[in-house]
Amino acid sequence: MSAVNSAHSVVEPSGQAKLVASVLVAFYALVSLIPLVWIGLTSVKTPTDSISYPPKVIPYVHFQPSIEGYCNLFSTRSRQTPEYLRSLPPPQGACEEITRSRNMVVVGPSNYVPRYINSLIIAFGSTFLSIVLGTAAAYAFSRFKVPLKDDLMFFILSTRMMPPIAVAIPIFLMYRELGLSDTRLGMILLYTSVNVSLAVWLLKGFIDEIPREYEEAAMIDGYTRLQAFWKVVLPQAVTGIVATAIFCLIFAWNEYAFAVLLTSGAAQTAPPFIPIIIGEGGQDWPAVAAGTALFLIPILVFTVLLRKHLLRGITFGAVRK
Amino acid sequence: MKKLIAAAGLAAATMLSSGSAALAQGKTITLCWAAWDPANALVELSKDFTAKTGINMKFEFVPWPNFADRMLNELNSKGRLCDLMIGDSQWIGGSAENKHYVKLNDFFAKEGIKIGDFLPTTVDAYSTWPKGTNNYYALPAMGDAMGWTYRKDWFARPALQAEFRQKHGRDLAPPKTWTELKQVAEFFQGREIDGKKVFGAAIPTERGSEGITMGATAALYPFGFRYENPQRPYQMQGFVNSADAIEGLEFYKSLFKCCTPPGYTNGYMQEGLDAFKSGQVALQMNWFAFFPGLFKDPNVGGDKIGFFVNPSQKTEGSTLGGQGISVISYSQNQAEALSYIKWFADAEVQKKWWALGGYSCHRAVLGDPNFAKTAPFAADFLKAMGNVRDFWQEPSYAQLLQAMQRRLHDYVIADKGTAKEALDGLVQDWTKVFKEDGKN
Amino acid sequence: MNARSDSEGPARNVANMTPDRVARTVRGLSDKAIAWLFIGPTMLLLLAINLFPLIWTIQLSFTNYRANRPNAPILNIGLDHYRAILTDPDIWLRMQATAHFVFWTIALQTIIGFALAYLVDRKFRGHGFWTTLILVPMMLSPAVVGNFWTFLYQPQIGLFNYIVGFFANVPPGSFKMLGDVTLSPWAIIIVDTWMWTPYVMLICLAGLRSIPDYIYEAAEVDRASNWRQFISITLPMCMPFIMLAVLFRGIENFKMFDMVNLLTSGGPGSTTELASITLKRAAFEAWRTGYSSAFAIILFVAVFGLANIYVKTLNKVKAR
Repeated sequence: MSAVNSAHSVVEPSGQAKLVASVLVAFYALVSLIPLVWIGLTSVKTPTDSISYPPKVIPYVHFQPSIEGYCNLFSTRSRQTPEYLRSLPPPQGACEEITRSRNMVVVGPSNYVPRYINSLIIAFGSTFLSIVLGTAAAYAFSRFKVPLKDDLMFFILSTRMMPPIAVAIPIFLMYRELGLSDTRLGMILLYTSVNVSLAVWLLKGFIDEIPREYEEAAMIDGYTRLQAFWKVVLPQAVTGIVATAIFCLIFAWNEYAFAVLLTSGAAQTAPPFIPIIIGEGGQDWPAVAAGTALFLIPILVFTVLLRKHLLRGITFGAVRK
Repeated sequence: MKKLIAAAGLAAATMLSSGSAALAQGKTITLCWAAWDPANALVELSKDFTAKTGINMKFEFVPWPNFADRMLNELNSKGRLCDLMIGDSQWIGGSAENKHYVKLNDFFAKEGIKIGDFLPTTVDAYSTWPKGTNNYYALPAMGDAMGWTYRKDWFARPALQAEFRQKHGRDLAPPKTWTELKQVAEFFQGREIDGKKVFGAAIPTERGSEGITMGATAALYPFGFRYENPQRPYQMQGFVNSADAIEGLEFYKSLFKCCTPPGYTNGYMQEGLDAFKSGQVALQMNWFAFFPGLFKDPNVGGDKIGFFVNPSQKTEGSTLGGQGISVISYSQNQAEALSYIKWFADAEVQKKWWALGGYSCHRAVLGDPNFAKTAPFAADFLKAMGNVRDFWQEPSYAQLLQAMQRRLHDYVIADKGTAKEALDGLVQDWTKVFKEDGKN
Repeated sequence: MNARSDSEGPARNVANMTPDRVARTVRGLSDKAIAWLFIGPTMLLLLAINLFPLIWTIQLSFTNYRANRPNAPILNIGLDHYRAILTDPDIWLRMQATAHFVFWTIALQTIIGFALAYLVDRKFRGHGFWTTLILVPMMLSPAVVGNFWTFLYQPQIGLFNYIVGFFANVPPGSFKMLGDVTLSPWAIIIVDTWMWTPYVMLICLAGLRSIPDYIYEAAEVDRASNWRQFISITLPMCMPFIMLAVLFRGIENFKMFDMVNLLTSGGPGSTTELASITLKRAAFEAWRTGYSSAFAIILFVAVFGLANIYVKTLNKVKAR
């Protein structure tokens, strides 16, 4: 089943070897998670605490947690003179109070929420399309004699070898002519074209594993081929489809190069936006960390859900276990 | 005079309100600019526009390091994201030639907007293309130049004053020349102040966009660097790489080597502000645009901060920044966008713009005899705007800038080759670009 | 992971309960028609968004076209761009930087990844949990996380410098990972290794687990030492998997753009300017569309060619 969880019974390692291995692996895991922990911690610091030396580590001991990072993530602020600030109505809500205490005024919402919504729409939209197209194509490749099958499958895979920037050049020109620049539809189509290759390869593997006898039996019972596909194969493939969908979702969610080159605002997703969250001076690290944390949480959840299928997904099904 | 302006403002306001009847109320237009203090001030200012016309404003701000890339990409893709663009001065050539910007001459004439109300240097720098003609593609929105801030409170300390005087035989004061500036920076470098180690100067060294070019040219211009032969356009040999220019570039590198905070190898506006605000540096080179914000800063603002204009050396010169506001030709809300420009051109609005932290280019603001007293950096700003010089504004400016970024960063930061090799290489690169454009 | 072991019963039940409107409307289509109906849309999409642009890129690479000069005449200049790129010493420097990055990331990730997989394969208690934790970095957006690494790398305040400085007993401000010509290539290698070692580990783990027990049991009977078993069984049998991991990482890192663009954007100077960053600058900053198209084709051919040679070698290893 999965590479992660199953163990096989080679000659059992000694207890000592196990202990050493567990210590080393746990140490690596903890060290590699430091950056992520630091993202979480930074997001609840004030800007001053976030850049203090030596670094402040433990909340409530080294620093007082603050929601300032999250406030700043969602708002645009302008520094103004005390006289001007006094002329304004009193602040409303905790965030505005923090802003005022920094001699600033909230002038409006930031673009984080629209970008996040774009990410959601584009990621889910392209995933849905990839799965629909991919399942159909995978079924056909799995069950039918398709002329040049291997070549077509290879063609589908080879589309992943182009550097994204290289793909972006003609796409930019094409979208400019079609009016698809900086549109969600354009990004959905583009991500679908990238994801569909993964979807076809993965789903073909999953569908290959479903015995043909099921459909054949159904067709003997009077089902058409399509009914058999719809009623027998699809329900069997649900696990595989869900796993594939999450992989597509993660790709579309994380993608940066196309997004930064082909969108500027209306359809811009979160990855190109988060690095450009800046405060008054330099990068507002608590706000960046807050934006990063909110962006990473869905992926962390998915990783746990997906752990059994990870291997297959990242190798295009080239390694099956 | 004042009354006259007020009357004009009133007249403009009434005209505007009557004119806006034809405009769709409740429509939303998007303004694109860089993400920085003045932009946030503009958001605050624009609330008046919405209140007056019922047209809602949306804003797309991109930080400077990505601003040019992102927005030129948007323009070149004929995007409809922005109705209004406050684009950088160097873009005007390409944006005019490729018709990204709407030509505003007819509009100015029709609405009675007098371009003469704006400072001629700013009109020339931000609005016209080709240079020297009367084709206007923008209204000057934000005047800007490279200037300097210093820690007035540190400079005022008697002990430091005495030590400096002993060393250099003059007061520890804002430097007048680059040589003096380096002495001051060296004086502070590594010094302990209030138990904290501080450094000399934060100067632009950024690689990715335009940072090191904007910083180094602030030294190059006063040392005698020129882009081309004034008699023969595009002839750069002996001007870009003149002995004076080489000296200036060597000087900039020596300043970087001697007097910047450790690891200051990719710093531009934001990093400069951070270094200055955190009390790391005595001097900071940055755009005037940030000075209102710095002056209001609770930690280093007020009495603790002083400002001075870019020092001279063999001649005077400041690096030009600043932008004009343009209407995008792909916009579907051009009428509303134009009404914004009309509103923005009004003298009263311009005054409030300056008060909120934007650098108005309007004579009603700059020409006011009391202007120099309105802010501690106002007089320096006027002086700087009197001697500004800009990078190429050619349609190929991005390529020209890329070449300069690379040559300078390789020499100054990465220690590759000599100043002469860097500038000789730059002449080669630039000649190649102009040759491709059929200009030489 | 699948329901192979299920009897036909549940499947049939599900089938009976599912509404069959969709299927009915196209009842009676031949298998061939269905095959084309199912594959067609995907192929159409790929032709429109992958193949057609590729052909267009090839065509543009022979011209002086610039996407920011729609009105300028487009001249056919033949192979000029290719010649200019392949003879440009700067481009070769960028290729060297890319090769350095690809080589060291693969080397480090393979060694650490394999070691981790080997350790995890000791099957200590809780190895599943720790493995899942280790996998987290590779699931995240390289751009978003790469951006945060610039914070960790800050000389004065960055956590990375602080920790390294603490253990090496040097002031954290004394070295600058991103600003130093000698350190910055390693700074990007560290982040990439942090992110993608789990990937190699996972594939190696699959390799280790594919080795049948009886081989080890036979080795035990022969009294082969642990080291001997490792050299003559574990490593060779794992090799196809390791090589597969190297292939995937190699392709990915040859294309590397997002993380490095955010960490150093090619600096200091051009020290970490990988091929993709050069390509992006030429295509979307200088707008030399024709030139960058030629460069893109060269890169594509290089990846494709190298990958093909590699896959042939891989197959030979597998066949052994």
